Parts: sequence; C-alpha cells; structure tokens
Amino acid sequence: MKKVGGRLTLLALVVVMSVIFFLPSYPPLYHALPDLLKRVMPNKGITLGLDLQGGIHLVMEVDEDRAVEIAVDRSVASLQDQLVDKKIPVESVTRTGPTQVTIQFQNGDLKAQIQKMIDDYPTFSETESAGSANRLVWELREAEAKRIKDSAINQALETIRNRIDQFGVTEPIVQRQGLKQIVVQLPGVKEPKRARDLIKETALLEFKMLDEDNQSRLDLPARIPKDKEQEVLNQAEAKIPAGDQILFERGVDKDTGREYRIPYLVKKRVMLTGDVLSDARVSIGQFNDPYVSITFDSKGGREFERITGDNIKKRMAIVLDNTIYSAPVIQDRITGGHAQITGTFSMQEANDLAIVLRAGALPAPLKIIQDLTVGPSLGKDSIEKGVQATLFAGAMVVVFMIVYYRLSGVIADFALVLNLLCLIGALSALNATLTLPGIAGIVLTIGMGVDSNVLIFERIREELRLGKAVRLAVDGGYDKALLTIVDSHVTTLITGVALFLFGTGPIKGFAVTLCLGIGINLFTALIGTKVIFDLLNQRHKVEQLSI
Amino acid sequence: MLEILRKTNIDFMGQRKWAFLFSGIMVVLGIVALVQIARGSANLGIDFSGGTAVQLKFDQAIRIDEARKALEANGLDNAELQEFGQENKLLIRLKTSTTIEEKVADRVVAVFTKEFSSNHFVIDSSTEIGPTIGQKLQEDALIAIIISFAGIVLYVAARFELRFGIAAAVATFHDVLAVLGAFYILDKEITLLVVTALLTLAGYSMTDTVVVFDRIRENLRMRRRESEETIINNAVNQVLSRTIVTSLTVVLVLIPLTLAGGEVLHDFSLALLWGVIFGTYSSVFVASPLLMLWPGGSGRLLKRS
Repeated sequence: MKKVGGRLTLLALVVVMSVIFFLPSYPPLYHALPDLLKRVMPNKGITLGLDLQGGIHLVMEVDEDRAVEIAVDRSVASLQDQLVDKKIPVESVTRTGPTQVTIQFQNGDLKAQIQKMIDDYPTFSETESAGSANRLVWELREAEAKRIKDSAINQALETIRNRIDQFGVTEPIVQRQGLKQIVVQLPGVKEPKRARDLIKETALLEFKMLDEDNQSRLDLPARIPKDKEQEVLNQAEAKIPAGDQILFERGVDKDTGREYRIPYLVKKRVMLTGDVLSDARVSIGQFNDPYVSITFDSKGGREFERITGDNIKKRMAIVLDNTIYSAPVIQDRITGGHAQITGTFSMQEANDLAIVLRAGALPAPLKIIQDLTVGPSLGKDSIEKGVQATLFAGAMVVVFMIVYYRLSGVIADFALVLNLLCLIGALSALNATLTLPGIAGIVLTIGMGVDSNVLIFERIREELRLGKAVRLAVDGGYDKALLTIVDSHVTTLITGVALFLFGTGPIKGFAVTLCLGIGINLFTALIGTKVIFDLLNQRHKVEQLSI
Repeated sequence: MLEILRKTNIDFMGQRKWAFLFSGIMVVLGIVALVQIARGSANLGIDFSGGTAVQLKFDQAIRIDEARKALEANGLDNAELQEFGQENKLLIRLKTSTTIEEKVADRVVAVFTKEFSSNHFVIDSSTEIGPTIGQKLQEDALIAIIISFAGIVLYVAARFELRFGIAAAVATFHDVLAVLGAFYILDKEITLLVVTALLTLAGYSMTDTVVVFDRIRENLRMRRRESEETIINNAVNQVLSRTIVTSLTVVLVLIPLTLAGGEVLHDFSLALLWGVIFGTYSSVFVASPLLMLWPGGSGRLLKRS
C-alpha cells in the first residue's frame, strides 16, 4: 500500500497557499483580517480587466513628424529674434518643408553675415544655397530629427504620466509599446471623456501679441457662433499680413449658455511659452469665477517682466493650443513672475487646465489609434451575469457528477473545487489581470479537469467490469488513463504556449490562464483525487466502490 | 452504476462516407468564410476591421428605425444597429474610424443627446480602433494559430505516428472551420472574443481527438491480428461513454452561459457550444476515419510495445 501522508501534506499546503494568495482579491474578507496578518501576507491579488470593471484603454501614437516641425519652428522664431537683435534686415525666415528653413533677403551683401549665424544652430546644415544670392536654405540634420522623434515619445510618456498622477486614478498603466506607441489604461474611471481630454490636450501655452494696428483693416466680425471659424478664416485669408495669424477667443454667453468665438489678429511670433512655468493653481475671482494663476520660474519671470515692460498699453493674448483664453491689455510692467489665465471656465475646466499646465506640454499632438471605453455599468452587468451563469453551470456539473458517479462523483467535485481554488490562487500570486477571455480560459480548464476525472472513472469502471478488486481497479484505472491525460494536456499546452508567445492583449490573458490551468489540472487529477481513493482504501477495506 | 451507454458496438467506420460528405460541406463553408474574411467582406468585428462601436443604455425603449433616421440625418450613414431586448440597450457600429480632429463616438453620443433629449441614456461602452491595429491583430492571431498547429502535429507525430498528428490537426481545423462557417452563414460578427472561442474549441477538440487516438494506439498494440478497421471501431466504442459524458458536462456549462451570461459572453459561449458539438462529432466521425485513409505502413507503434 502506498503511503498517503506526504501527498496529503502537499495537498494541504497547496490549498493553504492558494487561499493566502487569493485573499487580497476579495476585499470584504481581506479587510476583516487582523493587521498583524495583513503585514505578512501578500497585499495584491487579481486585478479585474477593463472589460470587467469599466475604464479606458487607449493606444496612442505621437505625431513625430509634427514634433520635428515644431522644433524647427522654434529655431525659426529664435533666428528671427536674433536677426532683429543684430539689426540684420531680412525679408523673411520661414519653414519651407518639414525640416527646411529658408531665409530670404534683399541685400545680397548680407549673405556672408547670415551664413555665419548657422554656428549658433549646430543642428542645421546649409544646402543648395550657392545658386542664389538672396536666399539661404538650412536643413535640419537627420541625426537631430531622429533624436527629436525619439525624445518626443519619452517626453509624451512622462507628461501623460504626470497628468494622470494628478488626475488621481488607482493603478493606472502608462507604457511605451513598440517604437512609437503609448498605451494608457485607466481602470474604473467614472468620467472617461474628461480623462481622455486631459491626456490628449497638447497644452502648449503661448503668449503672443495682438496686431491691433492691422486688425481694423480686416473688418473681422465681433462675435461668431462656434463652428463658423473656417468661414471667417476663408474670408480674411488674402488680407492677413505676413507674420500674423487669426486666432479665436472662446467664450460662453452668460444668458443663453451658448459658446461663441471672437476672432483676433495675432502676431505669429511667440513671446513666451509654458516651458517657463513653475506652478499653476486654481483661484477664485471676486465674482466667484474660477481662474488659473500661474507662476513663472526665475528666468521666465524676468522675461515676462521685460515683455510686459516693452508692451505697455498693448494687448497680449494668452493662447493655449491655438485658442485664446484671454487677451488683456498690459497696464504696467509685471514683476514678481505671476500671471492669471482668466476666461469662462467651470471649476472643473479650471482644475484640468491647472493640471495640464503643471504637467507640461506634449511635444506634439497625439493620435488615438485605439480607444476602448467600458462604462462601469456594463462591466458590472458582465460580471454579475457571468458569475451567476457560471455558478449555475458549475452547480449543474457538480450535481451531474454526483448523480452519475455517486461517491466518486463527490471526489471529482472535490477535484473541481481544488482546481478552481489553485487556479485563482496562482493567478493572484502572479497579480494577473482577469479579463473575459481569461474567464474563458478558466472555463476550458475546468472542462478539461472534469474530463480527466471522467477518463479515469470510465477506466476504473472497465477494470471493475473485468472483475478486479477495488484497489487494483483504481490503480489500474489511474495508470491507464495517465498517458491519455498527459497527451491531451500537452497538446493543449502547446496551443497555450503558442498563443502566449504570439498573441496580443486579450488572447495573451487567455493563454496565461490556459497554461496555468493545465499544470494545475495534471496535479489535481493525478495526485489530488488519487490520494483520496488511496485514503479510502487504507482506512476501510472497500469491497465495493461507489462509482 | 449509472450508465448512459452499456457496451456498444456501433460501426462508426462504416459510416465514414456520409461523415466525410457532411464534413466536406462544413469545411467548404468555413473556407468560404475564411476567404471572405481575407477579402474583408465578412462581418468582421471592429477590433479587426477598425472602426467605432458605441453601446448605449436608454431609460426607455428606443426604436431602431428612428435611431437610424437620426444618425443618417446627422451624416452618420452606414451605421449598423443592434438592440439588446429587454434592457433598452442599443449597439451602434460604424466602420469609419476616428481622425485626430473628430471622435466618431462623441459624434454618435451628440446625435442621441440632441435627437432623443427626453430619453436619457448612459454610455455602456465605446470602442474605437484604428485600421493599423486591426491589421496587426489579424496577423498576430494568424501566426499564433499556425505555430500552435505545427507544434501539435509534431507532438502527436512524435507520440504516435505522423498520420495521427495530421489527422488530429485536420479534425481540429475542421471544427474551427465548421463553426466559422456557421457564424458566417448566420452573419454573426466575428470579434476577438469569438476568435478566442475558436481557439478554445480547438484546444477542446484536440483533447477529445487525442483521447480516442490513445485508445486506438493501445488497441493496436494489444490486438495485432484484427483488421485496423475493427480496432479503430472498437476503440471509438470503448471511449464512447467517456466522450459523451465529457461533452455533456461541457454542454451543461455552456447552455446557461449562452442563455443568461449577458450580451458580452453570448456569442462567445455560442461559438464554444457549437464547437463542442462539432468537436465531439469530429473525433468520432472525422479524425478516426481519416486514419483509415492512410493505413499505417511503418508499424512503428507496434514495435514499441
């Protein structure tokens, strides 16, 4: 007779371990535990996937080409400033291609002087300028373009992480996927739209001067309804002076609650950007209207002081992502490095604006290429119905096994419970994320677990029919079923491993539960139930097996 | 001892002509479905084709034709609408994907907010998938399937004989194709979850087949004098009650899941349910007869005993 003690201990150990690992996944029970116990136990269990608890799953791509363009635009602006400082009269400095800057000038004698300025822009090289006396063409070096693209994604990743941290989501995931994709998962978010906007907003803050001298010539309408911007742009297009652009201020009519736009002629030149901010907070104005007060860092503060000092009585536009938030008249030189962004905000909008300003601007716009949003109600429905149906289904199997196999059926049901317990314990230990396909994997392995027992029992029955004694029949049944069970499990394991290696997302989750389940199945079928039969045989001389 | 079947002696191999005929039809259907998927004209879920799906849960019942009219009036043509009976749920699917400037899902929500202002709703789920992602998902799924089939053929070939491996793979493929064909005929949407179900049933069907093969191998070693047809027939009969009991338990699990598991699990469970039925049928009527088409020449199995 085989010894059962060792195997029983092993079985008990596995059960205890499974329960310990599973506990954190079931908060009501976990929280009831004494603190002393909690300290030595694992504190993280299974996480529910987004399809089960609701939330957002975003896959985004950074518009890298745009990031390069933006960087080139900055160089153009800085070159313009430098030319003004050095009093070199040029006709225009413009970006003429994604990575190309063209400098036009009337006076051919200036060429050598401007040519030398490239020393300050080591990331550019001069091209095809030889032929023309009044033109210089600079091209961004390829290595630099590559560096910008590469840093754009890292910067975007960092920025998004900052914003989400401040938004306050439990267990968010922000990851780089492949070369240029960013995956963001926000489980359990109640306001998906708000969260999405918060992530996507480029949040490029710029201070630009209004071109009031030329504004009157354009006879722009004073106030237009939302969505009519394009018409205004089309009408005015021909008359916009070089170096200017039309931007719109956003407003909300207090009486009707309708959004409107006010067009302004704005100088393209950027006086200051949001890079120089050190803080942004929400404050409440005298009419109980929220605004965002910003603080510049020391360099930004000095810059701001100089700009405001130079432009007293002129209007400066505070532009966020090409929308004007306010365009106040500069009354006086502003010292101390503080400014306010007013506008018609709700409290929440002001809050979100402060968050994105604190977290910094994205290097380039983001393109959302995948967006899965599951409302909390659907997730709850799925779980409730799924769990109910599964419980009912499980109960039917349990009853069927007992009816069909009697006492042996009870043993098989014991194996079923053991199986489920170990599987959930193992998933908890791995801190796996449980998704619907994952549940499918569990259902399949439970099915295979039942199958293993059926195989063994049918084999035992065959042995009994041949007239063998109970103990011999049981041993014979297990021995003969062993090979079949191993073969069938290994073939399924091959599928599982292939799916794990090559599958993506939900398929991977399925593969994980499948592979784990197969291993556990082998254990419960070959050791778990056998030890019970052996125990029965040892304690009592079983003359007749209830099978 | 409660038994569904006593000792049986059914001539399964004798019926193989009919089985091959029936299976042939199902496989052709499945291949048609596969070709249609490759051509992009099957009812692919937006997780593969790219596009937008929004599911709304209304307070009061909403009529599909009114919803469609509202969408079309606002420039959202070609929407596929599907309602989920008692719960006033409406699923809107569009194969156009979102651009940077405009989110299609937001537009859909705006349309319903405007046109059905008296009927309040919540957004159950919204999904937007760019075309490139869908393409990649299709490729990944295909690679995973090919690799796993190759692995299984090799393993079964090593444990049994090559013809066993190929017969098992063919039978499993047959099941997957049959369910795919059935989904295609019924114009059911093929989503990632359905593909997962197909993979699950492939695993299930493979197990089923290997169990029968195992018995055939055992019998081949023990009863060398009988003809292969008799041996295979006997083996199938011997494991028949196990085959039926196992399938029955799985069907017992799947029926409640299909009927009451909620809309997310419905198609998944349905695919599995059909898969189990086809899988059981194929291990008896397809995989084993396939062995007859290719009689064991090497006799390697016999030598090893």
